[in-house]
Amino acid sequence: MMFFSFAMRNLKRHWVRSALSIIGIIIGVVAIASLGIMGNSINLLVANVITDVGDTIVITPHTAFGGTFAGDPRTAVDAAIPAREVEEIRRAVNPHRTIPVLQGADEVEFGRGESGYARIVGLASEDIPILLEVAEGQYPRQNQPGALVGTHLAREYGISPGSRLTIGGESIRVSGVLAERGLAFDINPDYAVVVTDGWYESHFGAKDTYPLVIVQVGDVDRIDAVKEAIESRINRREEVVDVSDSREMLGQYEEIYDQITVFLLGIGGIALVVAAVNILNVMYISVTERIREIGVMRSIGVLRREILWMFLYEAVILGVIGSVVGGLLSTAFGYLISVVFIEVATAGTTFGENFTVFDLSAVGYIVFGMVFGIATSIAAGFYPAWRASQLAPIDAMRQK
Amino acid sequence: MKTDRPGLVPVDAPLKKTVMSGEPIVRFEDVTRLYPLPAGDVVALDHVTLTVEPGEFIAVMGPSGSGKSTLLNMMGCLDVPTSGKIYLSGQEISSMSDDDLTRLRRDRIGFIFQQFNLIPLLSAVENVEFPLLLTTGREESRRRAITVLRMMHLDDALFSHRPGELSGGEQQRVAIARALVNDPDLLLCDEPTGNLDSKTGTAIMEILAAENREGKTIIMVTHDPGVAAYARRTIRIVDGRLV
Repeated sequence: MMFFSFAMRNLKRHWVRSALSIIGIIIGVVAIASLGIMGNSINLLVANVITDVGDTIVITPHTAFGGTFAGDPRTAVDAAIPAREVEEIRRAVNPHRTIPVLQGADEVEFGRGESGYARIVGLASEDIPILLEVAEGQYPRQNQPGALVGTHLAREYGISPGSRLTIGGESIRVSGVLAERGLAFDINPDYAVVVTDGWYESHFGAKDTYPLVIVQVGDVDRIDAVKEAIESRINRREEVVDVSDSREMLGQYEEIYDQITVFLLGIGGIALVVAAVNILNVMYISVTERIREIGVMRSIGVLRREILWMFLYEAVILGVIGSVVGGLLSTAFGYLISVVFIEVATAGTTFGENFTVFDLSAVGYIVFGMVFGIATSIAAGFYPAWRASQLAPIDAMRQK
Repeated sequence: MKTDRPGLVPVDAPLKKTVMSGEPIVRFEDVTRLYPLPAGDVVALDHVTLTVEPGEFIAVMGPSGSGKSTLLNMMGCLDVPTSGKIYLSGQEISSMSDDDLTRLRRDRIGFIFQQFNLIPLLSAVENVEFPLLLTTGREESRRRAITVLRMMHLDDALFSHRPGELSGGEQQRVAIARALVNDPDLLLCDEPTGNLDSKTGTAIMEILAAENREGKTIIMVTHDPGVAAYARRTIRIVDGRLV
């Protein structure tokens, strides 16, 4: 305890130097923890909004795939898969279900004088229950006009079963409101109006092409075989379609986000290494200017390991104070950064609503930052402390 | 006896028993110390043989660079001989580990330096209690430190002062108190009055002479024949040899 209080007093004696070292550690810990939390938030956000439809294969026209995932509502899909190719797919994947999807956009009047452009999805009435779940009301019946409204759209415009919409000047009754589905790799109905293919074609005109075809495999283990069957049948001579499954795409996204997290942690780590070099420097100065004092202490009976501990305590104190303050600040900064990030990333949508970034892994990053901060400080302090302890008393006392 | 000093607790240790058994407190047997330098080895001590009995007060004199301080450092276990043997109260020290030598310094030897060598971070009383705190509780250490500081006639008001706030004489009194607080067998003084004016120097020497009268063995390096006159025996050293 005596050497601990010595260390404290020495840090107080050079309080400006100590404070600067602590600030260095704080910056490092905050950088690690908040960047970790930020990376984690991106992951959490994606995981939160992406629907895991692991048993689904998504087929898009080869030319239409432009880097974003096929189901992204912001992707303009101009190319389409002709009906005869859809039939080829149907034969290739038999007995698994093939669901051709019609997608377009039109001006929709929601009642109460509000209107806007919305995505219109056309599906065969028998396919709708396979893909989508109705939260309120019911599925539209065959040959009977009826629309299903995505949950976010319904909430935003106060639409409920029985309401009427006007799509491109044509009135249609809302038969039901869909359950929330999240961002998926196939279709994203949360902001869309889903109608039967018959109504869609009568409204937009039949083109006999589809921007998207979904194959429901059911058994996850069969996915690769089914994909292979589609590839060998349709893409035999040239790449006509892109075949992907949600598992694979989700895996790719997770990999990217993991890399982002590692990259962000790396930046934080560099900040902490800089702080460690600063501590090393401070400890070195401390040892150098106290060489004579160390010699005196050794001559009056202080053991080598006690000298080692005295200096190590200084590094530990700097590290612990810096890391604890850094941890507390990271909690605040990390939260702010995540909130701002989510707000920016999900601007104009309701994704991320009621979404918290402080799950266990966020706390984990704070703890990691703190432990890393303390460990780095001790590591930085060790060499100067060891060097001090190894000084021969008479050599040390001769120093001016 | 060490118990007659008020407020001091006797320190019982094996070395004390050997002192009582009549062994010389210091014995050098053909001790040589070489310092290797690029220009060639420097012989600091050259086959020195000497014996110091308990209760002696010895002045070590000689020109600069003659090996006086090396001799003192060897007696204080701060340096080890290149060849030869050193015994402290019959115990051969050259084979001891660094920790054992450090403990020996802590428990049995008191150092007084020309530069005082107080720890600037600590107050006067904290400097004195410092060696005690390594082995004894805080309360007991403080009590003993205050007792010894009062014996050095240091004003109580100065106890809380840092070394930088004390005069040279006051600092040396604190340094002597620190050297005595562990009640050592051997007091090693390296030019104890070298940085003091003659009046303060005389006061310090009176303190050391009084300690010797109470039985403390003192070995003191000095240039000053007036200071050496306080000693009962003088050893002269030239070019590392006793003359």
